[in-house]
Amino acid sequence: MPDQLIHTHTFPNGLTLIIEPMADVASAAFSLLVPAGSIYDPPGAEGCAAILSDWIMRGAGDRSSLQITNELDNLGVQRSEGVGASHISFGGATIAEALPETLRIYADVLRRPHLADDQFAAVQSGAEQTLLAIEDEPRQKVMLELRRLCYEAPWGRPSEGSLEGVAAATPAIVQQHYQTCFRPHDAILGIAGKVDIDTVVAQVGELFGDWPSLPAPPVVTGPRGPYRDHLPQESTQTQIGIAYDSVPYSDDGYYAAWAVVGVLSGGMSSRLFTEVREKRGLCYSVYASLNSLRDQGRVLCYAGTTVERAQETLDVTLQELQRVAGGIEQSELDRCKARAKSALIMQQESSSSRAAAIARDWYHLGRVTTLDEVRAKIEALRVADLLEHIHQHPARDFTILTLGPQPLEVNLAVP
Amino acid sequence: MQFHEARLDNGLQIVAERSPGVHSVAVGFFVKTGARDETDEISGVSHFLEHMAFKGTERHSADDVNRIFDEVGAKYNASTGEEVTLFYGAVLPEYLPQTLELLSSIIFPSLRQEDFDMEKNVILEEIGMYEDQPTFTVYENLMQLHFAGHSLGRSILGTKDSIAQLKSEQMRSYHQSRYTAGNILLAAAGQFEWPDLLSQVRQYCDPWPAGNPGRIVSEAQPAGGFKLLTKPGGNQQHVMHMASAPRADDTMRFAADLLAVIVGDDTGSRMFWDLVDPGHVETAELGYNEFDGSGVFLTYFGCAPEETERNLARVQAIFDDVNRNGVTEQELAQARNKVASRIVLRSERPMGRLSSLGHNFVYRNEYRSVAADLETVRTVTTQDIRTLLDRYPLRQLSTVSTGPLEQLDWR
Repeated sequence: MPDQLIHTHTFPNGLTLIIEPMADVASAAFSLLVPAGSIYDPPGAEGCAAILSDWIMRGAGDRSSLQITNELDNLGVQRSEGVGASHISFGGATIAEALPETLRIYADVLRRPHLADDQFAAVQSGAEQTLLAIEDEPRQKVMLELRRLCYEAPWGRPSEGSLEGVAAATPAIVQQHYQTCFRPHDAILGIAGKVDIDTVVAQVGELFGDWPSLPAPPVVTGPRGPYRDHLPQESTQTQIGIAYDSVPYSDDGYYAAWAVVGVLSGGMSSRLFTEVREKRGLCYSVYASLNSLRDQGRVLCYAGTTVERAQETLDVTLQELQRVAGGIEQSELDRCKARAKSALIMQQESSSSRAAAIARDWYHLGRVTTLDEVRAKIEALRVADLLEHIHQHPARDFTILTLGPQPLEVNLAVP
Repeated sequence: MQFHEARLDNGLQIVAERSPGVHSVAVGFFVKTGARDETDEISGVSHFLEHMAFKGTERHSADDVNRIFDEVGAKYNASTGEEVTLFYGAVLPEYLPQTLELLSSIIFPSLRQEDFDMEKNVILEEIGMYEDQPTFTVYENLMQLHFAGHSLGRSILGTKDSIAQLKSEQMRSYHQSRYTAGNILLAAAGQFEWPDLLSQVRQYCDPWPAGNPGRIVSEAQPAGGFKLLTKPGGNQQHVMHMASAPRADDTMRFAADLLAVIVGDDTGSRMFWDLVDPGHVETAELGYNEFDGSGVFLTYFGCAPEETERNLARVQAIFDDVNRNGVTEQELAQARNKVASRIVLRSERPMGRLSSLGHNFVYRNEYRSVAADLETVRTVTTQDIRTLLDRYPLRQLSTVSTGPLEQLDWR
């Protein structure tokens, strides 16, 4: 593996900066996670964080909304703002020389946003339309709703909020969300690319070093959803979502869990693709993925298929999820390792991928794993480790959600 | 970056760009065939054939194909468009020989009857999946409307009917006529040694049949029109427009790219400020798509049904203003910076370069380095955009909308 240098610096106010210089790129990218995600949405105003992630870009410091957008465009910043359960995230990539000026703008956005009342109606309308657009995309809808069923509230709640919540949000409620959640403690800034460590540390210190600390706001928890549900919809295909418990990213057994999901769904030689699509022609799209919150993980599985084939698709998918406990070939594990190796190396060609990865690592682990470390852990995996993981965390107690014209039966028998 | 090219005796063209700073290599076979090269009877065959490539060859079973790609840790796939079917993989340099061998093998698949029958189901599922996606429905219908009577109006997936009726013999005959060495381009980008690459390609591709079926190309003369597809129960109204734009080998394409960014990029564009920022739409964009002999400006927006007519008028107002007054120096400077940054970011990954390299040869038979692309972007003027707009004004010429609306009156 190419050499990798990672520098971390936690400022006295709690902000953590992680820097990974990359020798062979001309770009620089950042990933900024602010602990103000949808789990902090006030009850009744779900969607508050989503509204804030748009509103906050509309004027900050001495720049208007127009000036922020124009300046970032002029700096060539490919940017994105997003809301997750735990964080509002800001990401961007551009030519390395433009990074310092870009960070100056984001310091204003985070610390001195205008949150002007006259922009609020437009932001609220945008948030409402995002929710309506999801209703028209059944593939996205079923997986969002599956999360709601299989995780406790507020972790499973769609980060986009709800139509009622967005409608109930007011400028005062969202401003309050900003006041309580935007804070340096637990905020993470990952920077990767053609950068100099000392220069970046000095600049981030100057921009964020005196950002005052605040206590973490409380999270109001609630129950998870039912294990079975059906959402009626007149559509050509039936969408199937299946979830079951696994381990989070921080767990010692994470890589074994990852490899088991890889055997099921990593690449076109994996079991789900082979058994559901290649051998039976039941669907175009079928996959499983390992999803991780900080302290819990789930396997989330998807299949979309026309109504007549939906029952068989669900049956076969459930069988495959359970059948893996009966044995795994060495060659299946070897293929997972090969895919991991090339994915890890290719990650080093992209400053955006690295910036996101180091920030995510810090959130989950409080440290950054080097690519060499990840590779060593994956290389060390044996088939027995995977089977032991399945023994500890078997595929059972499935949460099953369908969306389509008719509900399906759940047959758990494995022939 | 170093550029190399060669042509085998059978006509296969090989182009390769070596970047010493990257850790992987991407290769792709660009077969110059797609939906526009089909007839009604075999509508959807190009895409179906792309699927069949992964079902195996004389030497490899379907399981072998997927297994070997996964064994070398390849990021691989294939895609079918109106004009190009692409088979590609990105791997670590040590796996390039195996990847090349497999890719060059699968594009001459066995087309076994039982695989053909099974894969038909998957294709029908894919058609079903897209039926549930309003943006896809709109695009498909708009291509048919805008290019009515022209080969570009053909559906990539085909219809449930045409796929159900399709026979493996028809696919075999289509394959024989279109998959000839002279109609295929091999592109490679990233970390490789040119002499090794060339000798491997010779080994795997020399036996390919020679020949180049070509394609009759004429610039489409779209008459335009309007189609409303009512979908009860939908929440959003989706609208797409098309109008003519420069064809792929027209030098005005650079101005067209920049104009699309100025008018319809996802941030900071005219459509962003007039439609997205005020909350009139969920999303809005304008893009420029180049084809062999034709081109289109493609406009899309999705919004609350009751806002549709007003948004149609807003889009028309933007178009009128741009057509009449052109764009400002400031807008152009901003778009240049955005596009230049995108070119640099994309070029850092071998897959990004592969796509650019391949398309430059498929459509224009020319090599363009990253530096050349950046230089061209820097030199486009507002006068170039004026000239473009005089020839290809922005219009709502062909329009398709889907959503809950039962009628839509505009103009």
